[in-house]
Amino acid sequence: MSAGAGRHPLARFAVSPRRRRTDRIARGLILAATLIALVPLALIVYYLLHKGLGAWSGNFFSTDPTGNTFFANSDIGGVKSAILGTCEIVALAAAIAIPVGIGVAVWLIEYGRSGRFANAVRFFVDVLTGVPSIVFGLFIYIVLIVGTGSSYAGYKGSLALALLMLPIVIRSCEVVLLLVPSGLRESALALGSPRWRMIFRIVLPTALPGIVTGVLLAIARAAGETAPLLFTAGVTHVTSSDLGGFMNSLPVQIYNDIISPTPRVEQRAWGTALALVSMILLLNLLARALSRRSRLA
Amino acid sequence: VEGASVAGDGRDVLSRPSLARLPDRALKLALTLLSALILALIVYFFVRLVGEARPAFTHAGVFGFTFDNDWNVNADRFGALPLLLGTLITSALALLIGVPIALATALYTAELAPARARAPLTVLVELLAAVPSVVYGLWGIFFLAPKLRGTEQWIADRLSWVPFVGGGTVTIPNYFVAGLILAIMILPIVSAISREVIATVPADHKEAALGLGATRWEMIRTAVLPYCRAGIVGGAMLGLGRAIGETIAVTIVIGDAPQLGSHLFGQGYSLAAVIANEFGEAQGLHRSALFAAGLVLFILTLLVNGLARGLVRRASRGTAGGSALPTSGAGAMAAAAASA
Repeated sequence: MSAGAGRHPLARFAVSPRRRRTDRIARGLILAATLIALVPLALIVYYLLHKGLGAWSGNFFSTDPTGNTFFANSDIGGVKSAILGTCEIVALAAAIAIPVGIGVAVWLIEYGRSGRFANAVRFFVDVLTGVPSIVFGLFIYIVLIVGTGSSYAGYKGSLALALLMLPIVIRSCEVVLLLVPSGLRESALALGSPRWRMIFRIVLPTALPGIVTGVLLAIARAAGETAPLLFTAGVTHVTSSDLGGFMNSLPVQIYNDIISPTPRVEQRAWGTALALVSMILLLNLLARALSRRSRLA
Repeated sequence: VEGASVAGDGRDVLSRPSLARLPDRALKLALTLLSALILALIVYFFVRLVGEARPAFTHAGVFGFTFDNDWNVNADRFGALPLLLGTLITSALALLIGVPIALATALYTAELAPARARAPLTVLVELLAAVPSVVYGLWGIFFLAPKLRGTEQWIADRLSWVPFVGGGTVTIPNYFVAGLILAIMILPIVSAISREVIATVPADHKEAALGLGATRWEMIRTAVLPYCRAGIVGGAMLGLGRAIGETIAVTIVIGDAPQLGSHLFGQGYSLAAVIANEFGEAQGLHRSALFAAGLVLFILTLLVNGLARGLVRRASRGTAGGSALPTSGAGAMAAAAASA
């Protein structure tokens, strides 16, 4: 460019070599940083598969952890109780958080709008969003364990997770409900439909795919949480279907395996982590697929 | 004429009979109560938390509890400064490492990447948010920390004249590894918010810069970055709030030394980690002190998040026109999910 530049009539508008170099370097750095951001993901996925698949032997999914981790040749067991426990705890949490969350979002959009009270609710939902997950555990501990004098229980873990899910459900629902065209609402009302029927027949069905996406993301988030369960659902080995008693869960079992590691327990932790991440990834992919099909977003 | 539009019982013919209006009223009332319940619940939790934390605060004084550098469970001395500083050190490290990288990813996906690579790149970065905290801890303590130890020792030896960084012996769990793990964990949220904010830069501004002969980088520097500075700062602060409150991953990789670590590559403790680690066997005053640590943590995240939300809201409202800009639903939702 520099040699033949003088001859071309537009050459005097050319970018000077110094600016060109700066541009190249800056874009190179941005690209490099982007690639660096992907390195941890690749490493985590690689190590999860590399170490986790080795642990997925015959009875990994069909036996409970035994707790005999001290001796090298004793049977440490698998993750059955943790998988079932996570499913039960998260299912109950979802059963609480989803209706309440959707209800609050509907109220915010359809009734509260931008009134003072609605903005106060939005502010408090934002506050909930920022609360560290372990503090949710402390809240439930104070109210349901100190307050009642009873012990850990699965449903208390569910309540802690429900608190954690609530702001996610409310926030994502609000975004989707906002996208429902107001023309649809007005048509329904103009045809004489009462407000509640407009909400249940027009607004919610239109927003459904988006709502499901938000709900699935919230479930995925709650399924991976350890801290709120440590002092609410507790730790146990046996499979239990009683949400009123101690209940094992995948994240808590991984945590316990990490803090008392022998090589085989460490391997079980990797296997458990692989199971947990697969579950959460599946939920995420499902959520993404649904949001792509939504006509709104 | 007016008489014709009034029915026998005195109501307007077009209005519903009062019985038919009942479900509407009921729904409105129920939903309003539900929303009020959320408010009440948070206030109730907060009051109870303060109540449980009070014995520790009266024991050491609010100021003493927060700023005394002495956490000794056996001697009943609870000064949370080492924990508070541990939280701040690791979070600051996370910002220092995480924010530039997150901003670069956002810039690359929003402005520089070939159109076909944008969506997959975005998904990949957001997948980092899907990895549970405990899995980061597992990976951090069994892979990252041992692998980094040699490099850390080399840095510590070379920089031995720098206070707090060099000189000491590197332990496997330490502040630096905790900060690094946190940097990875806040990457998706900072990147998602930055991308959202960058998307609000009007095409006019960018085209004007390019039309005046700016290179791509000059366009980013002169048109994009100044326009979304507040939003990016807000995104970084949301990341900070996330880092401050992160519990399990930090608990696993920071070690559990209840005094202020002497250097960056030594063991430490953080507010969240001390709760996760000690709460199980805590009794009496000790338990109250842990509740107090939770309260300090809660208030700290509240301040950081409040500031951050304000900045992001102002930024996404648009600094130029002042009008509300439509944001894409899926993106906003991903940001909401990532930020929660």
